[in-house]
Amino acid sequence: MSATASPPKTEQVALLVTCLSDLFRPQIAHAAVELIEKFGYWVDVPRQTCCGQPAFNAGEKDKTRILAENMISLFESYRYVIAPSGSCAATIKVHYPELFSEGSPEHEQCMKLGEKTHELSGFLVDVAKAALEKKSLPDARSMRIAYHDSCSGLRELGIRSQPRKLLGDRLGVDISEMSNSEVCCGFGGLFCVKYPEISTRMVDNKIVGIEKAEADVLLGGDLGCLMNIAGRLRRLGSETRVYHYAELLTDSDPGPAIGYQK
Amino acid sequence: MQVTSRYFRTTAREALLDEDLRAAMGRAEGGFIDTRKMAVEELENFEEYREFARKTKNHVLAHLDYYLTQFESNVLASGGQVHWAGNGEEVNRIVLDICRRPDIRKITKGKSMVSEESALNAGLEAAGFEVVETDLGEYIIQLARETPSHIIAPAVHKTRQAVTDLFDEHHREAGYSRVVERLDIVNQARQVLRDHFCTADVGITGANFLIADTGSIALITNEGNGDLTANLPNIHVVVTSIEKVIPDMLALGGFLRLLGRSATGQIMSVYTTLFNGPRRIDDLDGPEEFHVVLVDSGRSEILGTQFRDILRCIKCGACMNHCPVYTSVGGHAYGWVYPGPMGSVLTPLMVGQKKAPDLPYACTLNGRCKTVCPVMIPLPDLLREHRNNLVEMGQTGVVQRWGMWLWSIVARKPVLYSMMTSLYVLKLNLLARMVPAFQRGSFKYIPMMGAWTSSRDFPVPQASTFQSQWKKRALHD
Repeated sequence: MSATASPPKTEQVALLVTCLSDLFRPQIAHAAVELIEKFGYWVDVPRQTCCGQPAFNAGEKDKTRILAENMISLFESYRYVIAPSGSCAATIKVHYPELFSEGSPEHEQCMKLGEKTHELSGFLVDVAKAALEKKSLPDARSMRIAYHDSCSGLRELGIRSQPRKLLGDRLGVDISEMSNSEVCCGFGGLFCVKYPEISTRMVDNKIVGIEKAEADVLLGGDLGCLMNIAGRLRRLGSETRVYHYAELLTDSDPGPAIGYQK
Repeated sequence: MQVTSRYFRTTAREALLDEDLRAAMGRAEGGFIDTRKMAVEELENFEEYREFARKTKNHVLAHLDYYLTQFESNVLASGGQVHWAGNGEEVNRIVLDICRRPDIRKITKGKSMVSEESALNAGLEAAGFEVVETDLGEYIIQLARETPSHIIAPAVHKTRQAVTDLFDEHHREAGYSRVVERLDIVNQARQVLRDHFCTADVGITGANFLIADTGSIALITNEGNGDLTANLPNIHVVVTSIEKVIPDMLALGGFLRLLGRSATGQIMSVYTTLFNGPRRIDDLDGPEEFHVVLVDSGRSEILGTQFRDILRCIKCGACMNHCPVYTSVGGHAYGWVYPGPMGSVLTPLMVGQKKAPDLPYACTLNGRCKTVCPVMIPLPDLLREHRNNLVEMGQTGVVQRWGMWLWSIVARKPVLYSMMTSLYVLKLNLLARMVPAFQRGSFKYIPMMGAWTSSRDFPVPQASTFQSQWKKRALHD
């Protein structure tokens, strides 16, 4: 980054890193930063923890409320808040207001924060009106790419066409659609460890769809789902590689897939 | 019906090993989803009907006393009788009181999920009556001595082979031969049931809608068994629940457009029949007595809670057909009358949360059920509401309680959080470096994480946390 002075916070984009990307795959967050910066935005990453999604879905409303208050004070002064995850963005956008009674100042704050919070592809396509240049990926043409629509992004935020558009522009390939692209992969946050057997059956059903689409690569927008699918594929000895869609949109080589090393 | 919901974990695990169940559910799932989609697309303003249905039901639920008394007085005016049942015991007692006459022996039954709640069949059989289920699916599971696993397709878990064996076992003595083909199976059931229809003394059916301003019962079926059950015996008893009342025929028109499409992907089910009181003097047929048993069983209590929306349910089954958990484990695992998403909301309310502690968690909150529900019940939100209640009641397990507590302490403090996450990433990376087998980029096993690693690899984290990498970048700049 250059030595130019940073713009005021109200002009900056804050990245909501998301816990899973922070811990297990920083490359996704780096990709998100690169993509947002590409369209002229100044990106900041305030020191953050978790949006509270696991607590919210476990029924721990009080604990979620405390985390939500932290997040509000951390992010409310930025122009946009962008997450490379549909479920984290939806937690803020859709569910934060449910934590506070309507008419309260906190509820009002949540509504305002929600308005400027976006899932990455939704932001790039719908807000930044991004048109990505085509990049020359040596084997992109022969590569079959399937896309898993993570449930929160799909049903709570309407993320479906956006990542497909970005991938189409950038890679010049069409998605090999799976018949079950909109069916839950069985991750479900704590669900996958609470009911591992059911979760495994669900991810196996997802893999049937991946195999039918003859996909070399599976993409998606939520690392939780992707770790679940990638982990099961790897265990079954499949050749299909799994990435977050943002990793394939950057200028650099995406490197090893989730669960692989150089 | 006996509640076994607290064993969900075990029964679900067993169900996953049942290959017949997997085959049966796999076939059903595809059929239900594709046909529904086509039927919904055929109706241009389907969404407007959903909104209409939601509003209509909300209105009725807000004025339930008014519509129920209107319905009652119109049933009485057409010569029928109305019985109010507060709970399951009362349902069985009322029906037994109607049936206890010297000349009554055989009872035919159309499909009624409400009667399953109080195990009415068992109650009638214990009192010496012969009860014959006449819906094909219900008949099959009655022979198998099982309970329904789906609210509109009670035997959806059965393969054709299983039905062949079952019919052979039960029909052989009466001189029937073994049937294998679908059509032959249906025809044999039809023949066996026809004898029962003609010799039954009482017919018990459920109801899909109760029309307040005419006192009519709307019964919607695909087999016509409901009509034969209702019309041939001298006594027709309708066992139904209080939330099924709707204002008028106009409303019925709206609901009919939604029900067939949502349930079976039909534009309209095959038989839609309205019953109005007993046979009138110039009627050629019909029962001489017409009884409506209006069942509460906890519904009026739900009305006053944050779960009120579940009472809009028209029992179409779309939520379970689209639920990846239901289609994986089948309906029996849920342990009571109503399975799938609507069941996971309703069961804890009707039998008590302590008897069904797992059901609210048996869901990934993927939201697909909510998008197909014809009356727009926010099912995932209601399941989350159950979870909130379980947390407040201290009914979650020790692991979850302490885990959540510890996690929330860490997540509240950014400095502590970044220390802990960095340490965790470091630990996993050291572990990966120490064990050569993990240098492939994935763990096959991690202590304390067996629930994940028993069936899935877990990725080795990339070097360090993003936030620590970002801090270095900021310093570098």
